[in-house]
Amino acid sequence: MMHQRIALLAMVAFFVLAPAVIYPLFLMKVMCFALFACAFNLLIGYGGLLSFGHAMFFGFAGYVSAHAAKVWGFNPEFAILGAVGAAALLGLAAGLIAIRRQGIYFAMITLALAQMVYFFCLQAPFTGGEDGIQAVPRGMLFGFIDLRQVFNMYALVLAVFLGGFLLIARVIHSPFGQVLKAIRENEPRALSLGYDTDRYKLLAFVLSAALAGLAGGTKSLVFQLASLTDVHWSMSGEVVLMTLVGGLGTVLGPVVGALVIVAMANYLAQLGAWVTVVQGIIFVICVLTFRRGIVGELGHWLKKPL
Amino acid sequence: MTEIFGVPTQALFGQLLIGLINGSFYALLSLGLAVIFGLLNIINFTHGAQYMMGAFVAYFLLNQFGVSYWWALLVAPILVGATGVVIERTMLARLYKLDHLYGLLLTFGLALIIQGLFRHEYGSAGLPYQIPAQLQGGQNLGFMFLPNYRAWVIVASLAVCLGTWFVIERTKLGAYLRAATENPALVQAFGVNVPRMITLTYGFGVALAALAGVMAAPIYQVSPQMGADLIIVVFAVVVIGGMGSILGAIVTGFGLGVIEGLTKVFYPEASNTVIFIIMAIVLMMRPAGLFGTVR
Repeated sequence: MMHQRIALLAMVAFFVLAPAVIYPLFLMKVMCFALFACAFNLLIGYGGLLSFGHAMFFGFAGYVSAHAAKVWGFNPEFAILGAVGAAALLGLAAGLIAIRRQGIYFAMITLALAQMVYFFCLQAPFTGGEDGIQAVPRGMLFGFIDLRQVFNMYALVLAVFLGGFLLIARVIHSPFGQVLKAIRENEPRALSLGYDTDRYKLLAFVLSAALAGLAGGTKSLVFQLASLTDVHWSMSGEVVLMTLVGGLGTVLGPVVGALVIVAMANYLAQLGAWVTVVQGIIFVICVLTFRRGIVGELGHWLKKPL
Repeated sequence: MTEIFGVPTQALFGQLLIGLINGSFYALLSLGLAVIFGLLNIINFTHGAQYMMGAFVAYFLLNQFGVSYWWALLVAPILVGATGVVIERTMLARLYKLDHLYGLLLTFGLALIIQGLFRHEYGSAGLPYQIPAQLQGGQNLGFMFLPNYRAWVIVASLAVCLGTWFVIERTKLGAYLRAATENPALVQAFGVNVPRMITLTYGFGVALAALAGVMAAPIYQVSPQMGADLIIVVFAVVVIGGMGSILGAIVTGFGLGVIEGLTKVFYPEASNTVIFIIMAIVLMMRPAGLFGTVR
């Protein structure tokens, strides 16, 4: 546990100190995606369920918080809470359908459901179609903290990210997390031990969806924008990539992966279609030769899981 | 003008035709996916990109080399299928011992690379592909106008699907294939070269995708993204049909195309999502899919 604590402290120190030298908006983006990837990793890394449609929770929650903040004039904390609730409900509905199949089918079903949500967001009046919801007010947190100031916004995002991250770390090491791992390793056996595996999987799915929603709802306040990009299937692919690069089934992997992929997207942004090509190449390399990911490889080298 | 349920028959039959056309492509693509899945246990995410490659090869053959549509129907699947063979030998073959999800991730990555490269080269706008001279024009059926090319696509796709079904279910080669799907180790022990069979099966599945791409070129425009969204719909079709049976894939493909077409007439708002809704309902009632068996 010692080395995990050190790694965790290093991560916290990085996000607390980094805004002194790195553009804060970039770091906030990294944290939103890191939380998103951690939520995704809870499902694949510990439950063995590859969701290829996690963008539906991330993106839809983004719309909900943007709409709540802009049209209904909600305070940011309620806008984000609303986003989490909406994502959890969507996760419950999608989960009930998707957990009926495993493995490859699970991936295809979540992808298809996410595409349905994408079309819904494209057509529904409240999402603004192709334009998205623009100029979302960041508002006053708890009524008196002005989020238009970068420092305050950064502190909120950091708190949301760390809160979500610690919750996931707690879940992984809880009895619930152990049962999830048992299901991943051998579902029939977990079933025969008396665990209602479907309920565990569904709960994990809803939890993962809610946390993805937390990330998405926060992101749309940070960027004051909710758009179709965040519900598109390519976003689902991106979160898979982040987790894969960082290390599937490692606590810190998704954070490192998010940092790498967001940074790469930033540097390559002007190259247009090449970003997709590079992402594809990283996918192929990771799958063929680098399946443990950065953190997994590091942990293997240190002979301690990180 | 005659009407059915308050809808002009012209519009109804027009959408039915579009539904059948879309269904032809769903059937061809889900058939290829099912064939590949049967032997390789991999869901080929690159399928949409390979369909797009088929259309582009046909486009180049016509515009660079003056090779007609009819030759493209033969040449494009062979060329694209050959790239499939290379992909299988150099990459997919390394993954068979791992969790099948890695195959999905690898083929997803390949799809991103291929689509990205084509988009970089040709932008997102579509390139037109002319309908071959022999199939221009159409027939007036009295209740609707049927363009010749569209009739050809439906007939040709049905023929290809049924031909594939015949080869797999009724010939000796197909028997080997089915046996290898059941138990590869045993079939290998009988002296059949299973790894080569796997390679050729992947190549064949990819060739089917490319063939669909060539047939699609004159209907939809040739564009780098043409397969990207389509493949997700085809995944839903595969989930609905279940991957157990070849005939199931064909029936589901055409059937869903028609249902989608009808939705466009009666409730256009849902036409994009109807297949996904049907998928959700089928999963609630019959998780293994309409024609599938749980493995």
